[in-house]
Amino acid sequence: MSRPLLETRQLIVDIAGQKLVDRLDLSVAGGERMAILGRNGAGKSTLLSTLAGLRRPAGGTILLDGDDAAALPPRQAALRRAWLGQFQADPFASSVLETALTGRHPHLGRWGWESAHDIELARRALGAVGLDGLEERRIHTLSGGERQRLAISTLLTQAPPLYLLDEPLSHLDLNHQMAVLELFADAARAGAGIVMVLHDPALAYRFCNHALLLHGDGRTESGAVDAILTAPVLSELYGYRLRQIDDGGCRCFIPD
Amino acid sequence: MPNRRRAFLILTGLGLLAALSLGLALMAGSLRVSGGEVLAAVVGRGGSAADIVLQLRLPRALAGFACGGLLALAGALMQVLLRNPLADPYVLGISGGAGVGAMFAMLLGLPAFGVDGLAFAGALTAMLLVFGLAHGDASWTQTRLLLTGVIVAAGCGALIALMLTVAEEYKLRGMLFWLMGDLGQSGRWWPALAALGFALLLCMPFARELNLMTRGLMQAQALGVAVGRLRYVIYLLASLATAVSVTTAGSVGFVGLVVPHLLRIAVGNDQRLLLPASVLAGGSLLVFADTLARTLIAPQQLPVGVLTALIGVPLFLFLLSRQPK
Repeated sequence: MSRPLLETRQLIVDIAGQKLVDRLDLSVAGGERMAILGRNGAGKSTLLSTLAGLRRPAGGTILLDGDDAAALPPRQAALRRAWLGQFQADPFASSVLETALTGRHPHLGRWGWESAHDIELARRALGAVGLDGLEERRIHTLSGGERQRLAISTLLTQAPPLYLLDEPLSHLDLNHQMAVLELFADAARAGAGIVMVLHDPALAYRFCNHALLLHGDGRTESGAVDAILTAPVLSELYGYRLRQIDDGGCRCFIPD
Repeated sequence: MPNRRRAFLILTGLGLLAALSLGLALMAGSLRVSGGEVLAAVVGRGGSAADIVLQLRLPRALAGFACGGLLALAGALMQVLLRNPLADPYVLGISGGAGVGAMFAMLLGLPAFGVDGLAFAGALTAMLLVFGLAHGDASWTQTRLLLTGVIVAAGCGALIALMLTVAEEYKLRGMLFWLMGDLGQSGRWWPALAALGFALLLCMPFARELNLMTRGLMQAQALGVAVGRLRYVIYLLASLATAVSVTTAGSVGFVGLVVPHLLRIAVGNDQRLLLPASVLAGGSLLVFADTLARTLIAPQQLPVGVLTALIGVPLFLFLLSRQPK
């Protein structure tokens, strides 16, 4: 039995004095895909950035590959997990390839420069999200969806065992949403662990095997998607009555 | 594309530019000295003009180079720290603090070292004040830091205006020259040059991490940068570099804002190249400007700060208009 890539013990997350997650025990192993669902403001992004070590938890511990994340030097942490944040503006000009190459940072020594191998990895990552041919483009000339795919390719360049994805589908049109989810499904088949914040329970059902539901008042529920992504549970989560339709391997939810 | 060879070539080119600026500074003046004589004097072979070159022009040129380098470096660092391409070394009130100290010393009629001492003390006071206030609740966001700095600078500006108003007339010229930036009074070149070497050595190992900081603090941290610690280091380093420069040459404007900006357009935003390139280009610009300042309407001298702007503005606008969209 290998160590889980990510583990939380009695994790407490709060923001501005309000408890969002109360004593959460969680474990993500290689190959596992976990969806985080909840209403706006329920703490999905806050939890995810806490898991990434970018925020201090109000209590409990987070283990990355068995080691306490709080005690891990930032570079070591960056070799064990990657984090996709929500869209941010860039005040300085930069090219697409340079941006994708930033993912190699934790792999390089203090005085190191990117090698031909690193550039090859970045090009391949850009190709994987359909941005090949745009390497020399300035990033501020990209569309929102292209920016999002560039951010994803930076994560692929970083090539960690664990991906923490905050709304990986934002700004993406339907075909790219599916392509990105397939991409991470492939990564999981190759042994990576995936945790992603999603808004669509149907996609969560189709592409994840676990789901974590945040109620926003500290209560959390988790379990296999089959058991937990059901109309009664989700109706309560979102505070709106949903109808469930099963069709082959897919399950979708329609607002009543 | 980032690569070592390109960086080396560009830095070599800028190194030659720096050497040219220093050479010109040693040759030009009320007494023209030929290149050969300058070389002879510098390598210690004497010559008729050795005294002028070594005693007068060389210290001033080196002080100018060091100050220009410090300002450009501090500007580049501030722009990264505040994630704002419009930031400059003076935006956080350090030159304002130094100005208050220097004006007060001149008002009292203190000798040169007193002016320098109070200017440096003023710069440090402003730095600690801004840091303390902005850091108040340990959050110190960029906006808060910037706002605190701008307000402290405004307060310093008011104090300076007050002192200029009450100063006797014969002191005014010296005070104005200091405020505009002037290398005529800078006797000691080695503290500034040593500070420049020290600052550059200290920030180069963090250059790639600074690249990531320009993309956002969370992103940088997620990619393995110890953001909290690095921001302290950069703030202190940029502030001290500014303080040393201002103490040596007064508040020479424009170099710190425009040189990093100009180089970013020309060579890209990789701090591994941008920081040393800024040092060389900033130093060269200030030495060129100072050479012009002392020769243009000689024997009358101009404050060098006026010249840096007069050279920098058209150059900058030209590059900006040629930048590919």
